[in-house]
Amino acid sequence: MSINGNTLASLKRGQKGIIQAVDASDPQVQRLMVLGLVEGAEVEHASSAIGGDPMEFRLFGCGISLRQEHARHFQVAPVAAGG
Amino acid sequence: MAEQPEIRISPDQITVAKRIDASIAVVGTPNCGKSTLFNRLTGLKQRIGNYPGVTVERHVGYFRTEDSTTELVDLPGTHSLSAHSLEEQIAVDVIFGRMEGTRAPDGILAVLDATNLYQGLFFVQQLTELELPTVVALTMTDAAEMAGIEIDTTELSALLGVPVYPVVATTGAGLDMLRRAIANIRDIAPPRHVRVWPELAEAADKLVKDSNEPLRFAEIERLLIDGETEANAEFVAKLSDEARTELEPLREALFQGDPPVARDARVRYAWVRDVLVKVQKSAPRYVSWRTRITDFFNRPVPGTIGLFLVMAVVFQAVFAWATPLMDIIDESTASLAGAVFDRLGDSWFSSLIADGVISGVGAVIIFLPQIVILFLFIILLEDSGYLARAAYLMDRVMRSVGLSGQSIIPMISSFACAVPGIMATRVIPNRRDRIATILAAPFMTCSARLPVYALLIAAFVPATKVGILNLQGLVLFGLYMFGIVMGVLTALIMRQSALRGPKPPFALMLPEFRRPNLQTVAFQLLGRAKVFLKRAGTVIFAVAVIIWALAYFPRSDEIPAHVDENTAAAMQLEQSWLGRAGKVVEPVFEPLGWDWRVSSAVIASFPAREVVIAVLGTVYAVGDDADEATLSERLKNAKRPDGSPMYTLPMVVGLLIFYALCLQCAATVAIIRRETNSWRWPIFAWSYMTVLGYVGALLAYQIGTA
Repeated sequence: MSINGNTLASLKRGQKGIIQAVDASDPQVQRLMVLGLVEGAEVEHASSAIGGDPMEFRLFGCGISLRQEHARHFQVAPVAAGG
Repeated sequence: MAEQPEIRISPDQITVAKRIDASIAVVGTPNCGKSTLFNRLTGLKQRIGNYPGVTVERHVGYFRTEDSTTELVDLPGTHSLSAHSLEEQIAVDVIFGRMEGTRAPDGILAVLDATNLYQGLFFVQQLTELELPTVVALTMTDAAEMAGIEIDTTELSALLGVPVYPVVATTGAGLDMLRRAIANIRDIAPPRHVRVWPELAEAADKLVKDSNEPLRFAEIERLLIDGETEANAEFVAKLSDEARTELEPLREALFQGDPPVARDARVRYAWVRDVLVKVQKSAPRYVSWRTRITDFFNRPVPGTIGLFLVMAVVFQAVFAWATPLMDIIDESTASLAGAVFDRLGDSWFSSLIADGVISGVGAVIIFLPQIVILFLFIILLEDSGYLARAAYLMDRVMRSVGLSGQSIIPMISSFACAVPGIMATRVIPNRRDRIATILAAPFMTCSARLPVYALLIAAFVPATKVGILNLQGLVLFGLYMFGIVMGVLTALIMRQSALRGPKPPFALMLPEFRRPNLQTVAFQLLGRAKVFLKRAGTVIFAVAVIIWALAYFPRSDEIPAHVDENTAAAMQLEQSWLGRAGKVVEPVFEPLGWDWRVSSAVIASFPAREVVIAVLGTVYAVGDDADEATLSERLKNAKRPDGSPMYTLPMVVGLLIFYALCLQCAATVAIIRRETNSWRWPIFAWSYMTVLGYVGALLAYQIGTA
């Protein structure tokens, strides 16, 4: 499956999104799915390290950090601010 | 006659197991408050060992009620019953009763973090399929309350099919109820099946039906998801031939080419989200002080500045605060040794006690201040949740030199001492990254190299100004940089060769900041100190006594009576085994510009590099506790037989390079052995660094004198 459009990597700091699709072919991405990054989960881009990589996301209240290369495997639908 | 209960104890477990009424596996996701709860329940009645053949620590504790003793096994934090790392595999093996030397659990204590129900429930739901009596401890309920999370435990208990006990492990609230439930865990009925994935359950049912032996549902489910692996081979052997031939077709029909682990995550997390809607009354809101601090450090620049401040304090503490304590230990061993000579007179026995045993013990405990101070910080940082954030911030930089974000603390610590630094590599989950860090750590300029550098630099590097800088200071700085470069190169080369492997997934859980629990900190600190004394201390001590014997025996009676004490000591050393060894290996070190004196001092300093100063003091007959100025004068005036100066600039540069590169530290070798659980890596590190040191010194001398 190829992922296009908005991904976790393109969320801005403070922006929320709901995961729509995951390209699960990479075992490392499967590992992230075990941590709860699956379709239907709402995530917020909380912070990034200097240079924008890795990135930190909030998922049901817990922080989880991933590298940009992995964040690109998750397609998201941004949630409008305030929504 | 009453029915005999089934006994499932193998002979090697009888000694531990005969008084144990029930063995309970304590399981949960990482950072769920599992260890704090475990410490609360067992107190000091716990033992730390290793699982067979691996470096993963095995924590077992006990607690007693009036009529029973319960064993608790604290398992590594795990996210799923499909293991992704060595630690997780061990947890899963113990849970399924596949771990050699560990009794199959009679029940499960599932620890569920109230502030992270999402990931917690994903795992706890899998645990309820084990058909074992299960109790859920809901921890961090105080933190959840502060964050505005309200949890309906009755509803949660009903949905999971197991009793849920809310506790606050830090204050002890709710622990009594939990304790009673655990002590009587055999009375709890195994949870009924919550079939969150009907298709998987149907496939599992089919395999159970077509097999001869009663098989556990959860194990069958995992087999369907994981396929046949090394870890479940024994279980697969139990399947009937019919069931075994059905396995792959069933998997294919079930997953249709989708990665099974991904499907498992999708299905179960969908169930978790449904449960959350029912049991979690309000969405978490982030208004606590923890969140404010977290938010501040979330910004890249304050976060990185904060990290450097924390590092500076840790480095300062290990480097400077330990020094007074180490001086006290040093002085005490010296005066104790002096007292031995005063009482027992000068004999081989008093020398064994004073220079062998007492200084051997001193050589071990001298490490304790640094280890305890460093680990106090590491445990505080880890328990407060900061360590994960440090690894996150440093990931990119460390990655570019072949290490990972988690390598930063071990590497910085190694500037004080590689021993606690290497012990600190435990925070690195990936084995290859961890070994690369262990191999790079001993190159960092540790505090034991400093006196050697100081002596040689003060004696042979002129204190001239280079611009606004002092040449001596520049050389010292250069040596620090040299160590860093060589360490980083080593890590890079290793990651490209022997430790080549896929980049580990970097998925780090970043917990919110929380106040560390003092009891947990104290227990962990005690554990680290004990491990060091037991596993490394014995080696260091043995080596110290062996080197003493080599430098003491044989004694010569032919020392002229008119020479002074220091000259006599120098003459004794010359004809001791150590002195003779120095002469034997002189040809080996001759291309480096060393004579037998330097050679024996270098040999004697292989167990501990700073010893070279004391041995040089003895060889040059200034006494082994002479001040530096006297010794450096003596070194400057040392001549070769042909009258040319012994310590030429190329030779001194070579000697400095040798001390910068060589692994002259029995404690480091012993701790690498302990942390990698094999002799392979310590032998490799020692040989590699010795060869590097020799070649470096050889090049410096040969190029310099050419």
